[in-house]
Amino acid sequence: MSATVLLIGGCALVTAFIKAVGPVALGGRELPERFTGVIALMAPALLAALVVTAVLADGDRLALGPDTAGVAAGGLVAWRTESIISCVVVAAVVTALLRAIS
Amino acid sequence: MPVGAPEQARESSFADGVRAGIPFAIAGGLLSVSFGVVAQEAGLSAVAAIVMSAVVFAGSAQFAAVAIIAEGGTAGAAVVAAALVNSRFLPMGVALGPSLRGGAVSRAAQGQTVVDASWALASREDGSFDRGLLFGSSALQYVSWTVGTLAGAIWGEKLGDPEALGLDAIYPAFFLALLLVEIKSRRALGVAALGALIALALVPVAPAGVPVLVASLAALVGLHRAAR
Repeated sequence: MSATVLLIGGCALVTAFIKAVGPVALGGRELPERFTGVIALMAPALLAALVVTAVLADGDRLALGPDTAGVAAGGLVAWRTESIISCVVVAAVVTALLRAIS
Repeated sequence: MPVGAPEQARESSFADGVRAGIPFAIAGGLLSVSFGVVAQEAGLSAVAAIVMSAVVFAGSAQFAAVAIIAEGGTAGAAVVAAALVNSRFLPMGVALGPSLRGGAVSRAAQGQTVVDASWALASREDGSFDRGLLFGSSALQYVSWTVGTLAGAIWGEKLGDPEALGLDAIYPAFFLALLLVEIKSRRALGVAALGALIALALVPVAPAGVPVLVASLAALVGLHRAAR
């Protein structure tokens, strides 16, 4: 039980701390104009990294799998329809189908 | 630009944020169902899984921590993994900081509302953040994340294997959809490609989470002024 408390409490504390650092350090401050361009580009950089590490990596190896194809199919749907729900549903269904037949 | 009418970015209301958060909340809810199942397979009780979602509220970190427990790792190792996976919230918080008001404690509390989807949604092209969108969409996602975990923890056994259902594809598909919204210029596309390359290059050599953190450096391309 105490290991569970340590796990959940520890995860909650580190997460809260990490999320608080930036707002506490930089709150209400005007950043130099040069940096606003950097901030605006952080979302594409971080999101792209999240996607490829989730889809193309398995632990510390690079690997393709049914989920790679499923997410690609979902991406196509998101691009054509701009619907996030359709995107995730198609990704899950295609992934599940490919796993079922492989 | 008209004199006397500065381009004041519109601030959305909390309700606008809640409305904008509906698709994210549904996708996140589906994902958290699979978290409820995976957490129990790793040996957590249903109550522990639900409490974890309610107090941690960081999907990828929760999955990473529980995966380490499932492999027989210690709670300490799981917390370290969660911290690394969450390290991307450092640059995200730095980006958000200037847009927040109030004292340090209040800003620290407002910072807790950062989750990937809301942060990306609230991010404006001028580098500022729409707080209404951030708070509202995160609030709804918090509810669906907790309720989804509850559903997965209670009824997960009847659902079967989350992988066979393709539920693990939801998380990356969700971020891919967000990414497509963010790519509004060739420059953003280039930064996304650079971020992806950095992350992939680091996957074989760095612990989980670090590749994504380092990929945020791709945004430094923004130091160069865009050609007009």
